[in-house]
Amino acid sequence: MKKKLLSALLSVAMVATLLAGCGSSTGAAEEAPANDAAAKEEAAPAEKEEASAEGGSVYYLNFKPEQDEAWQNLAKAYTEATGVEVTVVTAASGEYETTLMSEMGKSSAPTLFQVNGPVGLQNWKDYCLDLTGTDIYNELTSDSFALSEDGMVYGIGYVIESYGIIANKTLLAEAGYDVADINSFEALKACAEDITARKDELGFGAFSSAGMDPSSDWRFKTHLANLPIYFEYQADGISATPAIKGSFLDNYRNIWDLYINNSTCDPAELSAKTGDDSRAEFLAGEAVFFQNGSWEYGSLTADGAFTDEDLVMLPIYIGAGDEANQGLCTGTENYWCVNSQAEEADIQATLAFMNWCVTSEEGTTAMANDMGFVIPFKKAVESPNLFVKQDTEYTAAGKKPVSWNFTTMPSEEWKNGVGSALTAYAADQTDANWDAVVAAFVDGWASEYALANGQ
Amino acid sequence: MEKAIKRYAPIFVLPTFLAFTIGFIVPFFQGLYLSFCQFTTAKNAKFIGFDNYIRVFQDETFLDSFGFTVMFAIVSILSINIIAFALAMILTRDNLKGTNVFRTVFFMPNLIGGIVLGYIWQILLNCVLSIVGEPLLALNSTAGYWGMIILMCWQQIGYMMIIYIAGIQNVPEALVEAAAIDGATSWQTLTKVKLPMVMPSITICVFLTLTNSFKLFDQNLALTAGEPRHATEMLALNIYNTFYARAGAQWKGLGQAKAVVFCILVIVISLIQFRATHSKEVQQ
Repeated sequence: MKKKLLSALLSVAMVATLLAGCGSSTGAAEEAPANDAAAKEEAAPAEKEEASAEGGSVYYLNFKPEQDEAWQNLAKAYTEATGVEVTVVTAASGEYETTLMSEMGKSSAPTLFQVNGPVGLQNWKDYCLDLTGTDIYNELTSDSFALSEDGMVYGIGYVIESYGIIANKTLLAEAGYDVADINSFEALKACAEDITARKDELGFGAFSSAGMDPSSDWRFKTHLANLPIYFEYQADGISATPAIKGSFLDNYRNIWDLYINNSTCDPAELSAKTGDDSRAEFLAGEAVFFQNGSWEYGSLTADGAFTDEDLVMLPIYIGAGDEANQGLCTGTENYWCVNSQAEEADIQATLAFMNWCVTSEEGTTAMANDMGFVIPFKKAVESPNLFVKQDTEYTAAGKKPVSWNFTTMPSEEWKNGVGSALTAYAADQTDANWDAVVAAFVDGWASEYALANGQ
Repeated sequence: MEKAIKRYAPIFVLPTFLAFTIGFIVPFFQGLYLSFCQFTTAKNAKFIGFDNYIRVFQDETFLDSFGFTVMFAIVSILSINIIAFALAMILTRDNLKGTNVFRTVFFMPNLIGGIVLGYIWQILLNCVLSIVGEPLLALNSTAGYWGMIILMCWQQIGYMMIIYIAGIQNVPEALVEAAAIDGATSWQTLTKVKLPMVMPSITICVFLTLTNSFKLFDQNLALTAGEPRHATEMLALNIYNTFYARAGAQWKGLGQAKAVVFCILVIVISLIQFRATHSKEVQQ
């Protein structure tokens, strides 16, 4: 009898886990609708009341966690000034797509959200309002900051960013070099290799670790990979392609070799190095160069670690194109989209809010100072961000910025493939391993492009 | 009294039943429906029939993940259960001191979450690999495979051990003594007396390790994330990546269909296992 009881209890436990198992196996996708049903009931009445009282409200799902507080303040200021309710919700870092996916299923869906370029747009095209002729579109300084497809404007780039090789001027001077000397790939290579040769004497290395942990690998599989793509597009006079040729991959190999062999650590260890490791090495003065972008300005100057005097951003020279006139890599992958399936009153409120952000004194000041953005709108206020100012200086000096073409990369899967191959090559630098990078780059592009656009 | 309980049974069951319906049955059928659709968000689905299911079986990554998962399940079920049973045998001996301390110590890894464990073991294994000069986890699918086996053993052995201890302690002393009087060796006592008597525990432990191996997600995500090139990607992670790492409506339905196939697979395999081991149980 006791035995029977035990087996009965065990069976109950077993059935419970079996069911729990089914729950979690399909759960990822299904949790969202279940939550939504509950949220719908709660949120819907409140939303309705506001809509009738204020004639529309704004719900902004923000992508950048660093700017959450600034957006909350700006939203509050807007509500005080106009009485229109603005809700700003920020998705956790790296969780934007999943958050957006579940939020969009709700009846109180975001009215303002963002996509990261033509590839990201594929997910959300059905939800993007055509912004042609809207006030905010007319405020853009150039059409190139709008995300257009088939003659429709689906997104408005709202922040311009630059990346390049951030250099520590103080250490560079210690090693006997001047920023102005580094004006080509050859000069960069000579400088980096000289620093590596004298590493023990100087006490620092050339490049901070090119970590291939997911927190850092986008710097190379996406941002650095933009350069061979950019030069190929330039050479062929195109702006997107279903099949990349890889004409500049030898240059890609050269710069990657330079990064990993003149670094602070053994190239075989790169697969486990994180973005924080790399930044920490640069902050601690263990490395002169650090490939990253204008968004790093805040963390590099926080707590007085560096002043504007110490830092400079150099273009990423890979020995291609007209190096004398190459500028920083400047562009955007942050596009604002308005939810076309929202209530008409909410859409109007959202458009008015966007316009206010980029035209009013309060909005433009907040975006420039509190968020540190350069915004591509006519009434923009100058940002205190050093790297952004440098980009302006480069452009003023007649250097041509390298545009962001990585928004045309066929898929995340493609980037991951290139990243994996780069990591494997770093650990064992043979021609065969580089061929794997080329295969992931060229063949991977074609097959991923077909997959992404096939069905 | 019993009658009264029976009469009010529906009322007692109601709260749990409601929660179960909202939390499981409704989303399950919604998910089933979505697997036949092309969709971006759940409320905006377009019915497309069996297309997603056809693509599931054309998807090589899914089949590769299935193969990898089966390989993982076989080795982890065997190693976890054998080691857990051996530990349980040792810790139920009368002449051993401090058995309770050991039981607690062995059980403790089970209290740590999978993601945390995954990252801790990633650091540990990467250190070991770099010392012996092998490629790190992100480039080394063999190390990734064995790393996951070690991780799962470490986490689950303690839990299974507790179940086995309960089973072994339930073997009547009289049977063991009778066997000893009949001249059975300790090996014979183990295989002919104790094992059949703890069969219910074996059923439950094999069941738990089997389903856990197939459903493994957190540890896989944290330890290897499927690197290198999806070589260590198990079924659950493959579904997750199909659903979230891909852009475009055509992937959502595919991920959903994979999830349904996966769910059926786990149920079928565990039912077969349950029948097979359950039939070997003996009643006292």
